[in-house]
Amino acid sequence: MPVRLLVTNRAKTPRRKFLGLVATAAASAATISCGGSRRPWRFLSTDEALTLSAISERIIPTDQDAGAAAAGVVAYIDRQLNGPYRRFRKTYREGLLAIDNASAARFSRRFAELTAEQADQLLNELEGTKPRFFQLVVAHTMQGYYGDPRHGGNTDAVSWRMLGVPTVPIRGRWKYEKPPWA
Amino acid sequence: MGLRKVNAVVVGAGAGGGIVAKELAQAGLSVVLLERGKWYTAFDCRKDDLRNQRNSTLGNAFGPDDERDPRVVVDPSGWERIVRGSDGEYQNNAACVGGGTLSYGAMAWRYMERDFRMRSAYGAVAGSTLEDWPISYGDLEPFYEKAEWEIGVSGDESGNPFKSPRRKPLPMPPLAPTREHLILKPAALRLGLHPFDIPMLRNSVPYGGRQPCMRCRWCVGFACEVDAKCGTHNTVIPKALATRNCELRTGAMTKGILTDERGRVTGVAYFDSDDRLQEQPADLVVVSGGAIESARLLLNSRSRLHPNGLGNRYDLVGRNLQGHTYAGANGLFGEVVYDDIGPGASIAICDYNHGNPDLVGGGLLANEFIRLPYQFVGHAPNNVPRWGKAHKDFMRHAYRRSIAIRGPAQEMPVFDSRVQADPVVKDYWGIPVARLSGGRHPHSIEVGNFLAAKAEAWLQEAGATYTWKSLPGPGLSAGQHQAGTCRMGKDPQTSVVDPYCRVHEHDNLFVVDASVHVTNGGFNPVLTIMAIAYHASAGLLRGWKGGGAQ
Repeated sequence: MPVRLLVTNRAKTPRRKFLGLVATAAASAATISCGGSRRPWRFLSTDEALTLSAISERIIPTDQDAGAAAAGVVAYIDRQLNGPYRRFRKTYREGLLAIDNASAARFSRRFAELTAEQADQLLNELEGTKPRFFQLVVAHTMQGYYGDPRHGGNTDAVSWRMLGVPTVPIRGRWKYEKPPWA
Repeated sequence: MGLRKVNAVVVGAGAGGGIVAKELAQAGLSVVLLERGKWYTAFDCRKDDLRNQRNSTLGNAFGPDDERDPRVVVDPSGWERIVRGSDGEYQNNAACVGGGTLSYGAMAWRYMERDFRMRSAYGAVAGSTLEDWPISYGDLEPFYEKAEWEIGVSGDESGNPFKSPRRKPLPMPPLAPTREHLILKPAALRLGLHPFDIPMLRNSVPYGGRQPCMRCRWCVGFACEVDAKCGTHNTVIPKALATRNCELRTGAMTKGILTDERGRVTGVAYFDSDDRLQEQPADLVVVSGGAIESARLLLNSRSRLHPNGLGNRYDLVGRNLQGHTYAGANGLFGEVVYDDIGPGASIAICDYNHGNPDLVGGGLLANEFIRLPYQFVGHAPNNVPRWGKAHKDFMRHAYRRSIAIRGPAQEMPVFDSRVQADPVVKDYWGIPVARLSGGRHPHSIEVGNFLAAKAEAWLQEAGATYTWKSLPGPGLSAGQHQAGTCRMGKDPQTSVVDPYCRVHEHDNLFVVDASVHVTNGGFNPVLTIMAIAYHASAGLLRGWKGGGAQ
């Protein structure tokens, strides 16, 4: 039943809106490489990336400062799933599918299409029913948002600017400048 | 395999091993210094918030390796699992030249006189192997001084009436105070406390041919970008090499200590950086791998005469594993208190190290090193949701308006908190890995809770509008402050090494690192490790009658 709903629902999605979502995801992914590849992500499918992006956006929503989606949290997680977090691949694959199915069963929509209230409701339930997966996504979202931009997230050091801390200064300057006491 | 015999082989180029290697090499002994990690430099700083020794979210910057060096951890309910080097339960300390001193926060504490005689001062504690050291503060004082001057310490303890007597001041003045320091100092004075500038193994002025701290926020957990942090990697180890008596071999994983048919130590077997098994003969062997790896090496050095490992006739090696029970509080202020001036930690009090009502020992309290943004995520109080807009609001509002105070509570040693050689799991080289089990003594948690309350009171006096505590849990404690596994003592039946770190019953085998600490003070342990290394080297050299004659 859930699967069927999922399929039905996708067909019902206004095509322009759906493509728009895909395009956003693809655009943010293009910045991290894989330029010519048909799939913009290293591990995630486009659907998974959309769902993950929507989850992360509820964990760190957009307000006067950028939220998790614009900060490239999905790019961070996708990159780590191809690196140190390879061990979490199965957890993500199954977890993201489960949440889309739950969304389809409850609201007849993909998770990425839910309203903020609906999404929060579902995530609050997930926190209780699948705590391990949920805590993992929360931790990884925080890393991608507040961590170092070199790892694919925190685009333009957006969170550091939000917190009011200076971004990384020039490294190795002392090699080129004679210190005053020398 | 026929490597040339040397006078001494030192296993581990950290705080202890680096000093021993230099002292022996300067005295004319030929020394081989084995280090399983690499030799990093200031250019390996990287300032990577997610991959460093303080926050190993994406791995350890300076080892040990996630894939090659697993450990087994047994939790109090008996459930065991294999952990990776970057997992919290691993109890990691860096594996590299300099060991923890490459990337530490660099607090340079002398233990207090009473820290060396805890049993006499407080009596027995049920469920703990609390004991006196066989040496006193006075025995170590000249060696503390030597460490402070040779490695380099800045700070100003003149405001601390509880400090142990010293003959010579610190070689460098403290760094200029931060905004947190200026807020906390008058508050402490109003409370009748005695705040002062933390002694730090960090240049505040040019010293030892290196420049002073540039006050960046990537300090604890990182190699210093301008080489202002003073560790063994940029002080004594280069000096040891300059004598031409010492050879440093990196990427060398020691497999076991070799003994002859009479049980006498003859050298070590190790895997070199190309994973070839080598045997390095030596007149004496110094084990300086840190409390977990040193114990593991002794336990893995089994032979017919030593079926349970070296120095382990009475089943003491690996026991009394301890670290510190960290506790403290965070305070939220009405105004911005963050000034982005590193290292962060700057002001401390020793008012609660001893003499606390109904408590055994205590610990220092100090303001915390700079919390990098991702680390701060975990600093939120319990009433802030873990995710969503409220958490983001908290981060945005609190990051630059909060101060954290923390302190290392002195732990009550527990006999069953221990390191063993795991019977099943082996590392990349086929060597049995360390198996960690046990937990904290309940009294250590009580002391931690007491310190947290005091930290909270200090923050409130300083004007915090909201405070919340960070309280310790019951889990095993070791980490970067790991200690206690090869206890020092005079009686071979209750200790592993003698007061000069010589393993009982082996006149040419030494353990020189925090393994020998009987108790671990209410302080960061590194300066004590260094002092003990100088003390042990002096004892060793006094007894040295030349090598090769055996």
